[in-house]
Amino acid sequence: MAPKAATGRTSRNPDLIRGVGKFSRSKMYHKRGLWAIKAKNGGVFPKHDPKPAAAETPAKPPKFYPADDVKKPLVNKRKHKPTKLRASITPGTVFILLAGRFMGKRVVFLKQLTSGLLLVTGPFKVNGVPLRRVNQSYVIATSTKVDISGVDLGKFDDQYFEKEAEKKKKKGEGEFFEAEKEEKKVLPDDKKDDQKTVDAQLIKSIEAVLDLKTYLSARFSLKSGMKPHELVF
Amino acid sequence: MEQQAQLKDGRVALVNYGKDYGKLVVIVDVLDQNRALINAPDMVRSQMNFKRLSLIDIKIDINRVPRKKSLIEAMEKADVKNKWENSSWGKKLIVQKRRAALNDFDRFKLMLAKIKKGGLIRQELAKLKKENAA
Repeated sequence: MAPKAATGRTSRNPDLIRGVGKFSRSKMYHKRGLWAIKAKNGGVFPKHDPKPAAAETPAKPPKFYPADDVKKPLVNKRKHKPTKLRASITPGTVFILLAGRFMGKRVVFLKQLTSGLLLVTGPFKVNGVPLRRVNQSYVIATSTKVDISGVDLGKFDDQYFEKEAEKKKKKGEGEFFEAEKEEKKVLPDDKKDDQKTVDAQLIKSIEAVLDLKTYLSARFSLKSGMKPHELVF
Repeated sequence: MEQQAQLKDGRVALVNYGKDYGKLVVIVDVLDQNRALINAPDMVRSQMNFKRLSLIDIKIDINRVPRKKSLIEAMEKADVKNKWENSSWGKKLIVQKRRAALNDFDRFKLMLAKIKKGGLIRQELAKLKKENAA
């Protein structure tokens, strides 16, 4: 059809009520100037040839037709919002980990990744916790903060923590057991260096505060008389 | 047995139950066998059962049911706040509040300090034992 008006496309036919315009068809014909367009084109409406359709590559007939009709799942265009962080969680907060291998350890929070998980580090030299992802729900945020302004966290994202894609190996009967024994996952050197650079800056800020280093190297535990609902963290 | 705090107009009390827990109030009138009219600088004058009050050793000089302004003046004159904070009961409460508000890091530092103090005491004790044994 004819190209639409670019800016401010308003209707010249105001609605009296939904579905009923103020002006009739003949009035609108005059208002829109269709008579002028016809006159310019010699008494007929200008015709635009349809755009040449892109040449379609002949589709190959599929190799396989399913026996029954397969239902297609409904289209879902919902986008996840980034996980909401608790107000007590800000970069540099000291966390107490509540579950997993490092249960009870006090660690430093670095940043929230796009998946919503929290990037955390021991620092490794202080308490053995490496750069690690942790879920917000398995963490108590204390009110102690460490200064992490000097740390560059640009290169850490969820991709960094993905498992290495295992290469497919051909396993023979006898080789099966040997192969199991030899496979030991060694952390690549560049990841070790990343840990060192992040921790170097952190340890400086930690040593600036008295007793903070010993605090981070100790584990948290509930002792007799401590009531978690009454404790201030 | 020392004399207990007398219940009269002007007696200062500590609220030990309810919404106003921990506040210092002044008994400005006695309503009946169980209830008193109480008032405090930061509170609207209201009635309270004696069971919710713990009487304190401090008394201020007022008439029955004074105005808020004269109540505050009388409290300033009797220096209720300082007397309370310097009394052993008041000091204990302040310490309790401080302990409850300790951070996890603060509790850790407290533990280190306790260990250090205990170590020093044991050192001194060992010295004294040695001297005694000799």
